[in-house]
Amino acid sequence: MISIEGVRLERGGRTVLSGLDLTLAERRIGVVGANGSGKSSFARLVNGLLLPSAGRVTVDGLDTRREAKAVRRKVGFLFQNPDNQIVYPTVGEDLAFGLKGRGLAKPEIAERVAATLNRFGLEGFGDRLVHELSGGERQLVALAGVMILEPEWLVLDEPTTLLDRRNARAIMAAVAAMPQNVLLVTHDLTLLADFDRVLVFEAGRLATDAAPAAAIDAYLRIAG
Amino acid sequence: MIAGLYRAGDSPLHRTGAGTKLLALVLFGTLLLSVASPIVAAGGLLLVLGLYLAAGFGARIFLAQLRPVALVLVLLALAQLWLSTPSEALLLVLRFAALVLAAGLVTLTTRTADLVASLERRLSPLARLGLDVGKISLAVSLAIRFIPAVGQIAAEVREAQIARGRRPSPVSLVVPLIVRLLKMADEIAEAIDARS
Repeated sequence: MISIEGVRLERGGRTVLSGLDLTLAERRIGVVGANGSGKSSFARLVNGLLLPSAGRVTVDGLDTRREAKAVRRKVGFLFQNPDNQIVYPTVGEDLAFGLKGRGLAKPEIAERVAATLNRFGLEGFGDRLVHELSGGERQLVALAGVMILEPEWLVLDEPTTLLDRRNARAIMAAVAAMPQNVLLVTHDLTLLADFDRVLVFEAGRLATDAAPAAAIDAYLRIAG
Repeated sequence: MIAGLYRAGDSPLHRTGAGTKLLALVLFGTLLLSVASPIVAAGGLLLVLGLYLAAGFGARIFLAQLRPVALVLVLLALAQLWLSTPSEALLLVLRFAALVLAAGLVTLTTRTADLVASLERRLSPLARLGLDVGKISLAVSLAIRFIPAVGQIAAEVREAQIARGRRPSPVSLVVPLIVRLLKMADEIAEAIDARS
């Protein structure tokens, strides 16, 4: 469970988020809002990439300020642009990156990389150069790089924005099949129809917190 | 060296350890710089060409390694012709080409992870002096990973300037390129934090 208590976030002398008090426990939570509404900053608060200026954020009781490393083991994060998330030249090496950081032995790393490639339909991609892949394939590799670490929560920050419809569907199909809790930041309202809860941000505040239909109506009224 | 990037294969060169190949590269470079004969340097270049063939790489990959440095080679040759003799110019070009190609061959036949692991092992004694070996090896892997990305961003900036009716020049490319690279660096740092 993610708990956000009395959170205010300031960046560069500007208040980006304020008045946040909520608990997240549902399996599928959507986050929508206009550009600059604070939704991406909210996502970054959840796994400790950003720390609150006031209040606190905890994940299963772990404070993002004091136990950032433990929090990040629980909360995986997929960025909008896979190019900036993939740090090794080949797919297999990149999938191994996070596992090495956790001190796993080579045979176990190789086994988990192979299993993850298989799980994401990336068989035969282990030695492929990342910069030669399509945008959709790269986003899938970035997602696989997060999921190989087996987080309990997955935060996705507009993961389909740079993709065509086919690749966006492939990414969302992979996400839908995951047992993990998901927090999805998106502009694509059609992705949220089956979600349990949708948060609507406006000008740094949580404007609506409701089931998808009601939240999307509220967002469309705000967005105009 | 960076222009290479690993190409999967099962040749003896692919199977040779990263440390051995790096050591051989250092020795080859030292020998090449210590000889003053264009004929010997040409022999070195032929040796490298033979190794490309042995590793299963054809002319396309061989020439792709030289393309990024072709202009530098031409400028060096012209400078040497002007300042020195044709024989000196030939020696310099042969040495430089052989070295670039040999270094390219190392990256073409070695996974970045293996290069980085080899580097980590060799630098590990320096950890006792406070050197963060992990950070150095991560920096090396990032450099190798993002060279193509930097090239792509430069091409995008160039295209954007042409589309807006500007004739791109090295000077007009530098500022937007640096701005985008700095933004990218921030995002990569954030992603590494998120995956750590």
